[in-house]
Amino acid sequence: MVTAIFFYLFSTLAIASAAFVVLARNPVHAVLFLILTFFNAAGLFVLLNAEFLAMLLVVVYVGAVAVLFLFVVMMLDVDFAELKAGFIKNAPVGALVGGVVLAELVALFAFHGLDVAPGKIAAAAVPSDLTNTEALGQILYTKYVYFFQTAGMVLLVAMIGAIVLTLRHREGVKRQSISEQVARGPATGMEVVKVPSGGYTVPPVARPKTPEAAE
Amino acid sequence: MSDFLTTLSDAGLWVWSFTGVQSLALLLSLLIIIAFLLLMDRKVWAAVQMRRGPNVVGPFGLLQSFADLLKFVFKEPVIPAGSDKMVFLLAPLATATFALASWAVIPVNENSWGKWVISDMNVGILYLLAISSLGVYGIIMGGWASNSKYPFMGALRSAAQMVSYEVSIGLVIICVLLCVGSLNVTAVVNAQKDGIGTGLGLTPSLLDWHWLALFPMFIVFFISALAETNRPPFDLVEAESELVAGFMVEYGSTPYLLYMLGEYVAIVTMCAMTTIMFLGGWLPPIDIAPFNWVPGIFWFLAKSVMVFFMFAMVKAFVPRYRYDQLMRLGWKVFLPLSLVMVVLTASVLHFGGLAP
Repeated sequence: MVTAIFFYLFSTLAIASAAFVVLARNPVHAVLFLILTFFNAAGLFVLLNAEFLAMLLVVVYVGAVAVLFLFVVMMLDVDFAELKAGFIKNAPVGALVGGVVLAELVALFAFHGLDVAPGKIAAAAVPSDLTNTEALGQILYTKYVYFFQTAGMVLLVAMIGAIVLTLRHREGVKRQSISEQVARGPATGMEVVKVPSGGYTVPPVARPKTPEAAE
Repeated sequence: MSDFLTTLSDAGLWVWSFTGVQSLALLLSLLIIIAFLLLMDRKVWAAVQMRRGPNVVGPFGLLQSFADLLKFVFKEPVIPAGSDKMVFLLAPLATATFALASWAVIPVNENSWGKWVISDMNVGILYLLAISSLGVYGIIMGGWASNSKYPFMGALRSAAQMVSYEVSIGLVIICVLLCVGSLNVTAVVNAQKDGIGTGLGLTPSLLDWHWLALFPMFIVFFISALAETNRPPFDLVEAESELVAGFMVEYGSTPYLLYMLGEYVAIVTMCAMTTIMFLGGWLPPIDIAPFNWVPGIFWFLAKSVMVFFMFAMVKAFVPRYRYDQLMRLGWKVFLPLSLVMVVLTASVLHFGGLAP
């Protein structure tokens, strides 16, 4: 009974906040609603006995990805009028994509029936004597190890690509080189100048003024 | 964790109220302990600078934190006219709530009565990591909603700092988890019952704990914890010479109190995590007669307070880092170091046949 209450709580909140992601006028509010949606999705994962996925969803999406979203949205000065201008023009494309997704959902429920109550799917996913973290690890590192490695390679290439695209060495910027500073000793940091006696005169500008001269 | 809910629904109202009472007792004792830790922080800082510190309210200034609480609560909250009021008030609430939420999975003792923890879930460490990564939202939201330059700069700095150090904290946690073989927080402590010391044939002692086996990671975790909780020397968020009070400039009264509370709860959580992962949690330093008579909760508190003392001492005598040095330390020193340690730990465990 409690599971059902929590299921309806999480799913209602997820749908409501997902709607507000689109409806919110302020983009920062939209991102905050997106975070709430992630949270509720994580709650649904917990109800499906997939607590590992739930925690990963929070760590990866809420803890990292959404922070970057927030950064970008806060730093950019979004022009609302310009943003709304293309709405009518792009509406047919949006309606088409939405229609396809809706048709898929309807087809899915027509095929499987509406018998997807909470807790029914979970039984297949978790072997009885393992926690789902162990179960996931055992299948990911044995049966799907090549796919896992390929995904890792793709991410690595993407990461290096992002670094290559953004890294540029600007000229004329003072940088700190820690190793250079540490390597500096009396031999390299100091110069002893031999001043010949009598051959040195104080330049007239640097000579301190006497009180009489000032007056 | 779903089992947790199912158990609750089966057992009915009694268990629900029992969990509620447990949570309330934990939160209450936590907040009272934090009130005195705050005083300790100030006293230690004062002692290093040869001052007396707070000594007026109550005997030895013991009631100073409570006086501060009353002062903040009775002040008038000022909300800037240009601010986003909803987010402005939500931000400190989020900070305090997330900070307190992490205590749901922190076990403080285990004895014949069972485990002293609210929820003994099997992904406890991941939960802690997830909740600590949420702490950044309170700061970004507060900085943005204030609609002012200094808070925004402070929030951006803080967000970048917290996200950076989370990476090395995550990798350190992976090192510990490799040695433990479980994501359960209680299992992390119990895995430290045998280690290097028992391997050499000694009685279970502090040599078995992870601080020795994973020594460089202990230091990395401690420093990352300082940076993650925005403690000096990494308090660039509120570097008062540059940013006044950082993201908290526009806050006063109870919202400010909630921020401070969230910050200190996060610090104490980090102390507890250090204790659990590296200092053997509630295990006695040597498992012989006078030490193992003492209840485990005492050892847990003593170790946590010791780590907090180290936090306070670092605050007292390390000068503040510059921002680029902070980023360099996080990304160019700690990240490679902890990555190498993950590989090294995994190799030693695998090829040494020590894997749990």
